Amino acid sequence: MTSVTMGPAEPVIPHHFETKPQHNECNILGMWLFLAQEIMFFGGLFTAYAVYRFKYPDAWEAGSAELNRAIGTGNTIVLLVSSLTMALSVYFAQTDQFKKLVASFSLTMVFGAIFLIVKAFEYHEKYTHGLIPGAWWDPIHPPEIDDPSKMQLFFIMYFIMTGMHAFHMVIGLIIAAVMMIMMLKRKFGPNKYMPVEMFGFYWHFVDIVWVFLFPMVYLI
Amino acid sequence: MSEEHHIVPWKNYAINFCVITVLMFLTVWVADQDYGVMNLPIALIIAIMKTLCIVLFFMNVKYSSHLTWVFAGAGFFWFLIMIGFIIVDFTEFGGMYTNSLPGSQSAIGVP
Repeated sequence: MTSVTMGPAEPVIPHHFETKPQHNECNILGMWLFLAQEIMFFGGLFTAYAVYRFKYPDAWEAGSAELNRAIGTGNTIVLLVSSLTMALSVYFAQTDQFKKLVASFSLTMVFGAIFLIVKAFEYHEKYTHGLIPGAWWDPIHPPEIDDPSKMQLFFIMYFIMTGMHAFHMVIGLIIAAVMMIMMLKRKFGPNKYMPVEMFGFYWHFVDIVWVFLFPMVYLI
Repeated sequence: MSEEHHIVPWKNYAINFCVITVLMFLTVWVADQDYGVMNLPIALIIAIMKTLCIVLFFMNVKYSSHLTWVFAGAGFFWFLIMIGFIIVDFTEFGGMYTNSLPGSQSAIGVP
């Protein structure tokens, strides 16, 4: 590497660390602990989903058939591409490529926003089809199963799980917006790329949640 | 505590993305096939493969220290403990909770 143009000129090491690699690894371990509780949070939802699916397989199949598989597949691709641009952002920060870093990180935010917009249209479609559990529950295509009311349970789980996932994406986009401002002020670079990498961990984790949600909700 | 941080070439990220995308389309294709009760396990196995690709290569765990491997694995291990015990509980004693509903013969508290 020639001359550093982004971030601090020298690695900044807090006084309680001896070396920069030691500092970096503490960041990584702390982030993985945070993600461990996130795994347990979504794990509880997935467990509840699995138990009810085992209990009411017909209602689950009928509920899943109401979802738009093409939209789900398209949104999965959008999220995967955003994961790629996020990983590339870390690479561009490490290798001191300012324009590519800003472009790649911007694309990550754009793809995240596209995902949420598509999700909003999908929720609206469920509303028009009378598939909102509770007082508005009035399916235009009632399922031909023994107890059609059980399909409500599927949509309760659907809205909680995809809603919590979308909420995590909104939080991610807010953090990304703050990071983008810092990025434009050239706060990150080869000597300070850990914030970009740690945000990437969060973003990839949200992608992993969708990797399981997509087949379990749309494809069963 | 650890060695110098590893910079992964961008081509590795691109290859990893292609592998995950292929696995994603494989998931969609498998969903259209009729493997009976095996459909869900197959879909979950492919999802686990995609997760491994993301964790190992996008999150760079492959190039991290053994301590990081332990921390990264801990969350997934705790999740397996949780879902494992709950599923065992549900399959062994699930009927007790169902039958304890009003109007049905309860298995709880009945000698």
